[in-house]
Amino acid sequence: MKTLKILSMLLLVAQLGACAMPQPWVKPYERERLADPILQFSRNSLADKHREHVFEVREGAHGATGVQGGGCGCN
Amino acid sequence: MAPPACKGAVVAATSLWKRLAGLLGSLLAVGGAKAADLPPDETDAMVHVYDGGGVRASGPVLLVRKKLADRVSVSGQYYVDMVSNASIDVVTTASPYKETRNEFTLGADYAYRDSVLTVSGSSSREPDYTANTLNFDVTQEVFGGMTTVAMGFTRGSDKVRKHGDDTFQDTAHHWRYRLGATQILSPRWLMSANFEAVSDEGFLGSPYRVARVFGAAVPERNPRTRTSRAIKFRTIAEVTPGTAVRAEYRYFWDTWAIKAHTAEFGASRYVRQAWLVDGLLRFYSQQHALFYSDNAAAETAYVSRNRQLGTYKGVSLGGKVTYSMGKVQGRYDVKLSGVYERMRYRFSDFTDIRTGALYSYDANLLQLIVSATF
Amino acid sequence: MKAVRLLFLLLATLAAALPAAAVAPSGAAPDFTLRSMDGPNLRLQQQRGRVVLVNFWATWCGPCREEMPQLNKLYDKYRSSGFVLLGVNVDDDANKGMEVAHKLGVKFPVLLDTDKKVSKLYDLATMPSTVLIDREGRIRYVHRGYMAGYEDSYDKQIRELLKE
Repeated sequence: MKTLKILSMLLLVAQLGACAMPQPWVKPYERERLADPILQFSRNSLADKHREHVFEVREGAHGATGVQGGGCGCN
Repeated sequence: MAPPACKGAVVAATSLWKRLAGLLGSLLAVGGAKAADLPPDETDAMVHVYDGGGVRASGPVLLVRKKLADRVSVSGQYYVDMVSNASIDVVTTASPYKETRNEFTLGADYAYRDSVLTVSGSSSREPDYTANTLNFDVTQEVFGGMTTVAMGFTRGSDKVRKHGDDTFQDTAHHWRYRLGATQILSPRWLMSANFEAVSDEGFLGSPYRVARVFGAAVPERNPRTRTSRAIKFRTIAEVTPGTAVRAEYRYFWDTWAIKAHTAEFGASRYVRQAWLVDGLLRFYSQQHALFYSDNAAAETAYVSRNRQLGTYKGVSLGGKVTYSMGKVQGRYDVKLSGVYERMRYRFSDFTDIRTGALYSYDANLLQLIVSATF
Repeated sequence: MKAVRLLFLLLATLAAALPAAAVAPSGAAPDFTLRSMDGPNLRLQQQRGRVVLVNFWATWCGPCREEMPQLNKLYDKYRSSGFVLLGVNVDDDANKGMEVAHKLGVKFPVLLDTDKKVSKLYDLATMPSTVLIDREGRIRYVHRGYMAGYEDSYDKQIRELLKE
């Protein structure tokens, strides 16, 4: 029941908040720099994956190496 | 321009389903005819060399990626590791050896509207270890393409054998769950957060490695399960035209009581027209596993002298130089890269039994890459 | 179950708050004047009476460059029938845009929107964006992005608008 109450309140807030929700502030035509290799987290999957492997074999920690995002955003 | 949902939100709907239908309608309208971009076709070749701590591993890697239909991209990779192992473990408890590991990977990416679905499988073979993995990943662009959300799942299945002992055979299984998000903060600034949970089950040690209890060598005893979590935050920004800096931090913790911090800082800069130079600095620190000991002073259910599970710090400094050859034969964008990284590890609770001193080693990593995209 | 329904509705609300589509078809095409690559200014309103295809592109956008040869073909095919193709380049550095346009052998006029005023006016939702405007200056079709085969629908739509 408590969950239901919380969810109902969240829903109300969201429905009202939807009116004031921020619009994407970086437009598709402003992504020139983001399309540049210099702003990619990973430029070459071969080199980056191998480097992660070297560390994974020698260190105890592993995982959370990352997902691509950003970039040109075309299509 | 006010979002269409705004008006609907204020008007009270009579039934739940009517409201849902209306909202779903506007959601689909936002989706439109947009289709996520697949990675470009490319062919990459790399030579890698690792030399440190008595281990030398080198080999070639080849990757080919091609778009098939409009929305499908397939890739294949062949990776070779020729290992010559005279590490401290090997040298003090056995004799140096050489072996080769081969790994094949096949993958397919499918773009549907704003999502990309990726399926890939790989098979790694060495004389005494076979590992097969299957991966599923989904990435979805939301919020006008400013946010990318990703989910992934990996299932791994290993077969462990032992040189010179045909009676030894065991297995290990792995499950990995990934969740991540990348957010564009400005036309020149990105950040991302990634979380991964890993579950291992089965034979999780090495059939050759020995532990030390009261000064005597005994075969190591590892738990047959391990669950770990890692969370990583990254950010990258262009600070002046042509120069970018990045920073990342990862915290790792698991059920073996290991806690590790990884921090990395990097800078990239375009030099002249066709050259890109990178520098990086990495710090690693780890606290030992519960059952790890250099020389155990008690009999415990689990005991291991695997230095990888100990307490140590690592620092590395590296650089990368990339030369863009531009359009070769009018179609192929060719880039040549060279990477060098120097690493140093210092152990706080692992000794070199030959000298009794705390162990430390330096390592060099070299990568030479040729990459052609078209 | 009710909690699950509510959660779903909550997520749908949040998702539905995402921005709506770009310039709606069948509205009047906002007028603009931009400097062309060759020098003189070009005004959209002057093209009244002809069918206009406006293609927004940039050098950093792969699908945009892929689309160029197809647009060239369409331009050659219909230019003598009262069809105008305007390319609007949104690069920060106009010189880069001009260089790539020359390299790709672009035959139609390329206008430079370096300060992104026209892109904002047309509220582009993707790169590239292709807008088809009829003889009376009304937006009839908006294409978001480019995939191989889109040029066939452009061809069909241009022919349809030319018949009017």
